Amino acid sequence: MNSGIDLQGSFIQTLTEFGLPQDVARALWIPLPMVLVVIGAVVGVLVTVWLERKVSAAAQQRIGPEFAGPLGVLQPVADGLKLVFKEDVTPNKSDPWLFTLGPILVVIPVILSYLIVPFGQNLLITDLNVGIFLWIALSSIAPIGLLMSGYSSNNKYSLLGGLRAAAQSISYEIPLALAVLAVVMMSNSLSTIDIVEQQSGYGILGWNIWRQPVGFLIFWIAALAECERLPFDLPEAEEELVAGYQTEYSGMRFALFYVGSYINLVLSALIVAILYLGGWEFPIPLDQLAGWLGVSETTPWLQMLTASLGIIMTILKAYVLVFLAVLLRWTLPRVRIDQLLNLGWKFLLPVALVNLLLTAGLKLVFPVAFGG
Amino acid sequence: MFHLSGYEYFLGFLLIASSVPILSLIASKILRPRTGGPERRTTYECGMEPIGGAWIQFNIRYYMFALVFVVFDVETVFLYPWAVAFSQLGLLAFIEALIFIAILVVALVYAWRKGALEWS
Repeated sequence: MNSGIDLQGSFIQTLTEFGLPQDVARALWIPLPMVLVVIGAVVGVLVTVWLERKVSAAAQQRIGPEFAGPLGVLQPVADGLKLVFKEDVTPNKSDPWLFTLGPILVVIPVILSYLIVPFGQNLLITDLNVGIFLWIALSSIAPIGLLMSGYSSNNKYSLLGGLRAAAQSISYEIPLALAVLAVVMMSNSLSTIDIVEQQSGYGILGWNIWRQPVGFLIFWIAALAECERLPFDLPEAEEELVAGYQTEYSGMRFALFYVGSYINLVLSALIVAILYLGGWEFPIPLDQLAGWLGVSETTPWLQMLTASLGIIMTILKAYVLVFLAVLLRWTLPRVRIDQLLNLGWKFLLPVALVNLLLTAGLKLVFPVAFGG
Repeated sequence: MFHLSGYEYFLGFLLIASSVPILSLIASKILRPRTGGPERRTTYECGMEPIGGAWIQFNIRYYMFALVFVVFDVETVFLYPWAVAFSQLGLLAFIEALIFIAILVVALVYAWRKGALEWS
């Protein structure tokens, strides 16, 4: 296994060659990937919004956005700018502090979750040893923000939407965590890097989706429910609750909810790609291919190639899943709240428990195939 | 062993992530127009005069789900160290976890039969 390129090392080395002390160079490095990731997340939202509008239009035999830029690619930018310049209405009867804090609390944890998303061997902000567990912990903060904004609006639709959002996310969090648990068991580690490396070596055949097909389905359903995507968008069901907890929101605060939900969708797709679809791994094992062609693993251009292919593969896999989520939106009708809770508690939870125990049992019987 | 290496990045990223919503709210505060009278600030209720407020006592049907959630969420957290260390623990740990999960499944079946998971 080659170690990939070490951007941090070379960055610090370059700066120290210019005469900067080691510590200063290190301090200069720290915010760099973070800002890059935040910008990447925002661009990802713009791309996703455009994709969603175009694919939705195609599903309904419309054209979709077409005037702002070629193929309407600048439409999401225009939408965003419009929201910045919009008047921001705070209802008289609301609680202004909680009303502002709600959307902020929704956005911060989803951005923060990008901390553990790896785009390559060394291409992540930090390889925390709690890794994926941090994401599960952070994802349970968002419902508090939703509940807060639902309650503080002092509007009946908002309150009901907020309560539904909270009930929905707590119901699907447990199957989600149990599905992750089975993957963690196979890689013997919570770190996202270790989880991807455990799937490497055999190309597409080594990916976790073959060993965890049930876990993959559970995770995907639960992730859609956590993102409040159709068919699970009950908290903001237009026909019943106007816009749920967002009813009283306008301007930038509404934009925060909007951005938060799309970042969450992209993030969930990235996590699915990491947990089940081999993260940055190429469908064909590149290392072995290079070995057959007689190219050394440490050749600089090969390392460059695998690193950039890794980033492209991660994003490509995530966007295939986003595309799937958009198609699901126009394929499946919305479920009722009792159906939603039944699916979560009476189907996904028992299945996830069985899946976990089955993984543990198979790991005892076939230790080699299930990560030693 | 308790070590926190890597968490300085977490703190730094927390600052950067928090600055995103705060800066965008400040930017919008500077740029947006300040028009609109008190009429606009009334609560939306399909164009009608709002009947009563939303801060009233009523039956939250999700509260039983919240109770069951606490039980299973703690269970999941307990299972995480078990799953990470499973390859070193072997068969005995598997049987122990089986007993642990079986007790909780009994609790789930009880809650199910008692109707705690019914939305009505």
